[in-house]
Formats: sequence, structure tokens, C-alpha cells
Amino acid sequence: MSQIFHARAGMGRKLQGQALVAKDGFSARYDLDRIKGVFSRPEHKLAGESYVGRMLVLDAAKGGVATAWMLYEMQARGVMPAALVLNAVNPIMVQGVALADFTMISGFDCDITQAIPNGAMVEIDPNAERPHIRLIGS
Amino acid sequence: MRLTDDEQAMRTGAFGPAVQWAIEHQIKVGSYLGADDFVPVTQAHIMADTESLGVAGVEWLERWAALPAHHRSVRIPTITDPRGTDFASAHKLKHQPWMLELERRAIAAFETLGVLMTDTCINYQTIMPPVRGEHCAYGDTGVVIYSNSVCGARSNFEGGPSALSAGLTGRTPRYGYHLDQHRQASLLVQVSFTPRELNEWGALGGIVGRLAGDYWQVPALVGLDRVPTSDEMKHFGAALASYGSVALFHMIGITPEAQRLDDAVPSGELRTHDVGEADVRAFQAGYTKAIDSVDLVVFSAPQLSLVEMQRVAELLDGKRATIPLLAVTSPQVKPDADRMGLTARIENAGGTVLSGMCFYQSYAREMAEANGWKRLATNSAKLTNILGGYGYKPALLSMEQCVAAACAGGKLG
Repeated sequence: MSQIFHARAGMGRKLQGQALVAKDGFSARYDLDRIKGVFSRPEHKLAGESYVGRMLVLDAAKGGVATAWMLYEMQARGVMPAALVLNAVNPIMVQGVALADFTMISGFDCDITQAIPNGAMVEIDPNAERPHIRLIGS
Repeated sequence: MRLTDDEQAMRTGAFGPAVQWAIEHQIKVGSYLGADDFVPVTQAHIMADTESLGVAGVEWLERWAALPAHHRSVRIPTITDPRGTDFASAHKLKHQPWMLELERRAIAAFETLGVLMTDTCINYQTIMPPVRGEHCAYGDTGVVIYSNSVCGARSNFEGGPSALSAGLTGRTPRYGYHLDQHRQASLLVQVSFTPRELNEWGALGGIVGRLAGDYWQVPALVGLDRVPTSDEMKHFGAALASYGSVALFHMIGITPEAQRLDDAVPSGELRTHDVGEADVRAFQAGYTKAIDSVDLVVFSAPQLSLVEMQRVAELLDGKRATIPLLAVTSPQVKPDADRMGLTARIENAGGTVLSGMCFYQSYAREMAEANGWKRLATNSAKLTNILGGYGYKPALLSMEQCVAAACAGGKLG
């Protein structure tokens, strides 16, 4: 089985870290307690989990436009995931990542939330000729 | 992306550092999302409440505002989404001085940039509705989905930094809903129940949003037995955008780009879903099953039209709200509501009329902590979707049921 998964687009820096994975969406306003650095929407599959420093692997960008500012604000306070890996983005997520100088890759041939085990060590390279996420350990 | 001579000049700094940053930001976004070039836009609309901006975002704005006048002005009409407070009533919400100070700083920066502080998410009802085919750069998902679907305008979701960029450059990357090929339906929803109340329209929007699933899906609805009003479209669209991140819908025979089924539905098979009254009831029940009383009632998200304000006033006539009842409208509607006596009728019955803000964009978590608010009744499906993450337990009810609850000490009927 291939341990590398190619994305259609990427932005940011090459990083390694531990994945936090769920088949659920992502919106900074709807889903997060940005002060405590945890998922706070009770219905979210990661409710109560800390996202700080984690490689978030989720399904789709959700919610409103606030994330475009909030990623920058979260980055400034250092209460931030390390990177975002999404099956589907919306423009807000791209705009927010661009402003915050953050790392994100998106768009896969498979469901990336099923391909990456929760807690696995991964490497993300958004600047490779084909941006990708690679499993480097469990 | 292909750049014109003007765009190249912006990129090399000929129009100053703000425009240079803006076009560079737009190129990054456009490149990620597959834009080949830019499209000129006629209006920009910026979402920038200070809960979202934070201190870092306000300082970022102030850096641009400190530039010389000829380097810092927007070049197209650029307006704003709701602010994070209503200064006249901030004490009633227990907004803290630091919040007001941050708001004042953000407003001062925007004004210096030449932005018109309209502070509304219903600009399509009150300021300047876009016309069919008009390319815009709108923030607020509710504004985008209404403008795209009901007016036939063309906008993507433009977050604050990108909407400001569009204001500064007068253009936006041409991707997504600026392009014909993205405006065709991708799923068909057969509706066997036409909602009556605004909360039901919102519930239908939430259901379709969950079915759609992401920004690139365009639902087409068939089976509605009448043309929805502007307020009904507003609640349907706001919920659809909130639950599904959807930016465009069609209603066959109703919305301008779908007069016939084959206008919006391409040949070939579409995934199809059926939605009926039981689905709408179940959606609403999902929010009320664990709540038998509420701490406050909120009408907001989107801001109330004059017609909604009139309805709230009528429902409160001869009654008394014994828990907080907040009716949030725009700075454009509020003077009319004052002049026509609607504000007085609502406030004399114990309600509070707020303007220029929106409940969830106004430090909702801090308001909950300061006021002891936990359980909330609203007729806005969008609000129910957002507030769970802020620690509230929301109930989705009709406007009439919400007012009844407010007048019964919060007890739900």
C-alpha cells in the first residue's frame, strides 16, 4: 500500500508532526474554542480534543468567512494547529491560510480522513511538484 | 495567473504597499484555486468583527491605515458586515471596555481606508442589491448565497482580507462562481413540503446544506409550491451556506438562472434527494429535545428586515418579555423602525433592539459567561448551527414560539 498521498494544491512549508484525524469539517468560528485551543462544538467528532501543534486531517472546510481572519489571530497567539489537510477546501480556508502564512494541502483521489490513521506521524510537503502527505510512522 | 499591465504595476508596488500586498494575496489565493486571471468587481463587502480580527488583526489593519492617503484608499465601493457591538447598548450585553476599544480602533482604520461602515449582512435588502451578472467580492456567506442565487450576481466567499484586497485592487481572482461552468447544479433536491415559517425555511436550508456537503456543490430545488419572499430566501440561504458552506442554489422556475430545469441541471445523472415535512420537523426537534426552558431569545443572523421587525412588534403587543429578548437589525432599518414606532413597541414590551451587530459576531462566548446565558431560543437555523461551538444550547423555534417563550419566563410550550 502506498504511504504517500498526493494533493491537488498546497501552500506553506514542509512540516512533520502528529496527525489528528476525523471524518468531519473544519471552521475556526463554528468548531473551536480558540482561547483554550480545543474543538468545542459538541457535535464535532473531535469535541474536547486539543488541536494545538497537530496536523489536522479533516474532510471539508465549513462555516462562514471568519476563519479568514481567525487563522491569523490564532497564529499571532501561537494557539494553532501545525497544518491543515482537507479533502475539500472553500475559498475562505485558502484566504485565511494565505494571510496567516500557514500550511495546508487539499484535494485527494481518496478520502484522506480514511487513509491517515489518527495519531500517525506524517510529513506534509505543500511545495513539492505534487504536494503530498506521507506517513512516516504510527 | 495572467496579469494585465495594471496588475503588474500593482505587483511591483507602483500603487503603494497596501495594493502590492493585496494583489500578491489575491494571486496566492487565485493560484491555489485555479484562477487564470482577474475579473473586475463593482462592490466589496468586508466581514471584520473584532472577535475574529483579534488584536493582531486590528494592528494589521492599522498598519495599512497609517500609509499616506494616496496609498491607502479602496478604489470601489467597499462596505462592512456587522460589527462586534452596538455601542449604544453595549452595557446591556455586558460587553467589556476592551471590546469597545478594539472595535473603535478597527472602525477608525477602516474609515481611514475609505470603507463605508454600513455594518450590515442584509445589504442585498437595504444598500445596493447586485444585478444579474454583476461580479462582486462579498464577505458574509449569507450575502454571497443570496446575491448569487436570488439576484444572479457572481461572487465567491471573500473573507475579510480578500474582500479588503478586492476593495484596494478593484478586482478578484476569476475562479468558482465567477465562471459559468461552476454555476450548474450538482445535486437535485425534490421538496414535498413548502415551509411556512422562517425557521422552517432555515431548517430546509440546513438539511440541504448537510446533503450538499461542501462549497463546490450547487443544489437545485424542485417542488416548492410558491415563490419565497425575500426574508424566506434570506433564512433559507443563510442556513444553506452555514451548514453546507454552499454559495449558490437554484430553485427551478423561481431563481433567475433556473427558469427551466435544463437551465441549471446539466445533461446526465445528478444525485437526487427527497426532503419532506418530516425531515424539517426532525431537524428542528434535534435542537429542542433536551431543552424545556431558555435563558434568552435572539432574533439575529441575518439581521432583521423592517418586515421582520414589524412582526416581532406585533407578536409582543399587549405582552411582556420576562427574559432578555434581543431583536438585531441593521443601521439602515433601525431609523425606520424608530420612526414607525416599532422599536418603541418592542422595547416597551421588555425587548431590546440592537443595530449594526449580529449576535454570534459579538463576543458570544463572553456574553454567555457575563450574563449567565446558556440556553437560547431563536428562529434562525444559522444561529443554531454556530452557537453550539460557543457553549450555548440553542432551540430552533418559530418567531411566535420564541416570543411566547420570552413572555413565559423562558419556558418552552
